[in-house]
Amino acid sequence: MQQATVLSGKRNANWGDRIFAGLATTSGVFVLVLLGAIIIGLAVGGAPAFRAFGAFFLVDAEWDPVQELFGALVPVYGTIVTSILALVIAVPLAFGIAFYLTELAPGWLRRPVGTAVELLAAVPSIIYGMWGFFVIVPIMAKVVQPWAIDTLGEVPLIGFLFAGPPFGTGILTAALILAVMIIPFIAATMRDVFETVPPVYKESAYGLGCTTWEVMRSIVIPYTRASVVGGIMLGLGRALGETMAVTFVIGNTNRISTSLFGPGNTIASIVALEFPESEADSLKMSSLLALGFILFVISFIVLAISRMLLRPRTKA
Amino acid sequence: MSATTLSAAGAIPGPAKDLRVSEALGRSRHRRNMIVKALCFAATAIGLLFLASILATLVWRGMAGLSLTVFTTSTLPPGSNGGLLNAIVGSLIQTLIGAAIGTPIGLMVGTYLAEYARDSALGNSVRFVSDVLLSAPSILIGLFVYQLVVNPFNGFSAIAGCLALAVIVIPIVVRTTEDMLRLIPATLREAVIGLGAPKWKMITLVCYRAAREGIMTGVLLAIARVAGETAPLLFTSLGNLNWSTDLTKPMASLPVTIYQYAGSAFQDWIDLAWAGALLITLGVLAINIIARLVLRRGV
Repeated sequence: MQQATVLSGKRNANWGDRIFAGLATTSGVFVLVLLGAIIIGLAVGGAPAFRAFGAFFLVDAEWDPVQELFGALVPVYGTIVTSILALVIAVPLAFGIAFYLTELAPGWLRRPVGTAVELLAAVPSIIYGMWGFFVIVPIMAKVVQPWAIDTLGEVPLIGFLFAGPPFGTGILTAALILAVMIIPFIAATMRDVFETVPPVYKESAYGLGCTTWEVMRSIVIPYTRASVVGGIMLGLGRALGETMAVTFVIGNTNRISTSLFGPGNTIASIVALEFPESEADSLKMSSLLALGFILFVISFIVLAISRMLLRPRTKA
Repeated sequence: MSATTLSAAGAIPGPAKDLRVSEALGRSRHRRNMIVKALCFAATAIGLLFLASILATLVWRGMAGLSLTVFTTSTLPPGSNGGLLNAIVGSLIQTLIGAAIGTPIGLMVGTYLAEYARDSALGNSVRFVSDVLLSAPSILIGLFVYQLVVNPFNGFSAIAGCLALAVIVIPIVVRTTEDMLRLIPATLREAVIGLGAPKWKMITLVCYRAAREGIMTGVLLAIARVAGETAPLLFTSLGNLNWSTDLTKPMASLPVTIYQYAGSAFQDWIDLAWAGALLITLGVLAINIIARLVLRRGV
């Protein structure tokens, strides 16, 4: 009888293991299915728009709900331009913060400053939108833009970038808010990868008489280059899909303007704004879903590159 | 001095060094170092200034709109002294249900990655996809749930909002669960297996307990993240200006209400939006700090 209980206990254990392993594997596969479902869901939803406009959907600057003509050029352009501008602003600042936190700050200051930067990443995006709209836009409209239009706007060759009326909103303001939002992500990633550099390397460089900056430039950056680029791509991925903050400050006009102060839109902002005014299963709704599909493809590529570059760090 | 003695001894090959040139070089290197240090300090100061500006603006304008009626009254038309009660309750309901759906799935996926598929091809692709979902634009998850649930079933509903938030919760919990389970030493696992325990008991009774603080941190961070999500809720639970706790109907949430009110032309609505913004930021930051404390206590 005792043998029987031992045997049944063993069988139970097997069953438990099999069920648990099955559950875990199913959940893992579920994540793959989820990604597939998101891609298919957006593609199916956008199919009528792709059928109606074909490849011209990508190069058409029209967005005319009355005549039912929709094109993705302006939002795609706005998405890419604001994100890249945001990177141009954010990367030097994020690098400075990461450098300060890993090499320069006194020990007692590292934790509080690091936590503060991480809290900046935790602030919901709608708060950035309100802050941008009620604090940054007036500053841009009253101080920055009039000054830039009067001075930089007069410079030949680059003057057109600073032309137009100082509304305060526009592409540059959106890029600025995006930059503030992605700084903590990039800075935190950079700090983490900077800390993976073996101290021996840095110490030997210091021993040769290198200054802090020389150690950073010739030891830390070469050692972490791939991961640093991965962190920047991660920030880019965030900026591409950011919705609420951009919607508040970009001006929401379907027009490609050459001026940095001109209004524009992004894929995320046009979807958020036009969605409530679109009927289910209309061509407009389908165009919005098609835009979502394009955004997904762009951010998937960026995030995939980012993960591949960051992987050596996570393996180590 | 050392340069001359060394070159005299012939230890360094190449032309002899001019002391004045070396000194000038040293000065310029030192100057460059100081400039970079100053710039990095300035960058950190700018970053902290942004945080301070956001918090100061929130407190300054949020306090003006904050009063007891915010917590006791639902949203009302402009000019009639409304509150945010339905939005606060709606946010709590959707966030908690979203986390309740997403956490077990994320936990199991994290377990799968850490315990069953450390280096398998399937495991690697699951990890990759989960990491991509972690940073995927949340507005697309809203559109996806709209396509999957709202459109076929003909209507916006709170449960659709919960599902969208759950999709956002999953990869966050996966990440922390896997990281925390991987930190558990192999000797602990071997000891449990050596006692004759089946693998699932090892995981549930020992590994989960050892990683409890870390996993809780992940869940808290996930809750903090989805509590502030606006974009996915716009297409799923839509928002509701009336009191409603019916999961099959549209439901208000704090972020969506803030979005609607901040863009309005009525000063009392804008004040309420600031009050809501202050509440949600304080809540999110408080959860973040608690999560950090939990983790620090555990380590």
